[in-house]
Amino acid sequence: MAEILPLDAAIARHIHDGDVVAMEGFTHLIPHAAGHELIRQAVRNLTLLRLTPDLIADQLIGVGAVSRLVFSWGGNPGIGSLHRFRDAVEHGWPRPIELVEHTHATMTAAWVAGASNLPFGTLRASPGTDLPPLNPAIGSVECPFTGERITAVAAHRPDVAVIHAQRADRLGNIQLWGILGVQKEAVLAASRVIVTVEEIVSRLDRRPGDILLPAAVIDAVCEVPGGAHPSFAQGYSTRDNAFYAKWDGIARDRQRFADWIDRHVRGTRDMREFLEGIRAQ
Amino acid sequence: MSAAATRDERLTIAAARALRDGQWCFVGIGLPSAAANLARRLHAPNLVLVYESGTIGSKPEYLPLSIGDGELAETADVVVSVPEIFAYWLQAGRIDVGFLGAAQVDRFGNLNSTVIGPWKTPTVRLPGAGGAPEIAAHAGEVIVLARHDPRTLVGRLDFTTTAGFLDGGDARERAGLRGRGPTRVFTDLGLLEPDPVTRELTLTAVQPGVDAAEIPGRTGWPLRIASPLRVMEPATSHELAVLRELKARTARAHGRTER
Repeated sequence: MAEILPLDAAIARHIHDGDVVAMEGFTHLIPHAAGHELIRQAVRNLTLLRLTPDLIADQLIGVGAVSRLVFSWGGNPGIGSLHRFRDAVEHGWPRPIELVEHTHATMTAAWVAGASNLPFGTLRASPGTDLPPLNPAIGSVECPFTGERITAVAAHRPDVAVIHAQRADRLGNIQLWGILGVQKEAVLAASRVIVTVEEIVSRLDRRPGDILLPAAVIDAVCEVPGGAHPSFAQGYSTRDNAFYAKWDGIARDRQRFADWIDRHVRGTRDMREFLEGIRAQ
Repeated sequence: MSAAATRDERLTIAAARALRDGQWCFVGIGLPSAAANLARRLHAPNLVLVYESGTIGSKPEYLPLSIGDGELAETADVVVSVPEIFAYWLQAGRIDVGFLGAAQVDRFGNLNSTVIGPWKTPTVRLPGAGGAPEIAAHAGEVIVLARHDPRTLVGRLDFTTTAGFLDGGDARERAGLRGRGPTRVFTDLGLLEPDPVTRELTLTAVQPGVDAAEIPGRTGWPLRIASPLRVMEPATSHELAVLRELKARTARAHGRTER
């Protein structure tokens, strides 16, 4: 049952060293505030599940918090490379990282299977490509009705899912709308769930295209306005595209990255202080 | 008087012309997104733009930086989840054209966006597959946009992320890939199309003013040149004006969130 908690308390209670942690949000609603809190609490040895490891993953990988990354596209969208991710893969800095690599379609099938409590998901993946043989979570099954070979993907069942949403009510029911990614699937596949929200309201007025995640499947709800920045929450904020461009320079250099993390993440207490700090620059 | 088209502008305009009104186009970010949005402003107002973030029928006023900018969702006919876009819409065969870029393209239109060097110990780690393998497998056809240099158009891919015609001939059909594959590769110098039998990409057209003799030297395999070789229509001043206006609006929109 959902409990309304400060973010630092929710992370301390539900995420531990060595956990398998999903942090989903497809460009929209990326739980950046929770990522910062993992860095402040120096959580180590995480297996991070995320379709599109972008800046949130670059930060966690850059501080050495991630030992294994399960993903399908790792870049700074529209800008280029994730330099901390590349440094870890290409040079083992600050620690080697194991990659479990998917396509969006195979990773998504793993999420649907996890949410459905099935051992594997199915799809028609692309034959003739080099990726599936490198991922032990991708195999195939014979269709019992037609005999066709169908790709099978082992289900994702993370210890914890962390997402950001627009709103919760005081009981911990969650409402999100706009680009929905795989957040519903990640929440339903996970053993524990932390949700940061833009605001907690007394009544969830429905919106076109919204979904509700009932409090029964949520463990912790944390009110963190701006908690997706530099990603966005439709209806509350817009994507800070200029920050994504600026990140390229910050992350390109090991020392500049370390200084940035010390100043803006470890040197702040929460998202409010973080946002004040980067806006002052 | 407007300045002459740059190479990227020529490529964007040529690729935009390849899209037809009313088609459903699954759009990759970068040059493909610019070209698809240009097409929608020129000759294809009813082109349905589909982005992998689940936005169907997006009509952005400016180019998105990512495949999930709010502008794409707010201007879409409908926004669906990522599982739904890949399963119900792409895999189910509802997409006419996949519009893709890549770091490397080989002579059979296979694409690499994963690594330079070995996968386990890459010299350059690229972002990876994203939606491309399944877009190229399931879309009715694929149009590829690439800059024409031997680092991009390579003799041998470091990694096959996305299947084109595999080893050529009927290899694609034998592997069970359903869409028609890469029917056109637009570059800043011209157009490559697969030979009907061998499926090897062949230079079939050049941009105006480009000397065809210089193109094989900029291609990583012994490039065959079709005869007769077509010269593409030059970018019109209208096409250029619309593209530049779109780019200017994009720059203003992206600068707006600057802090």
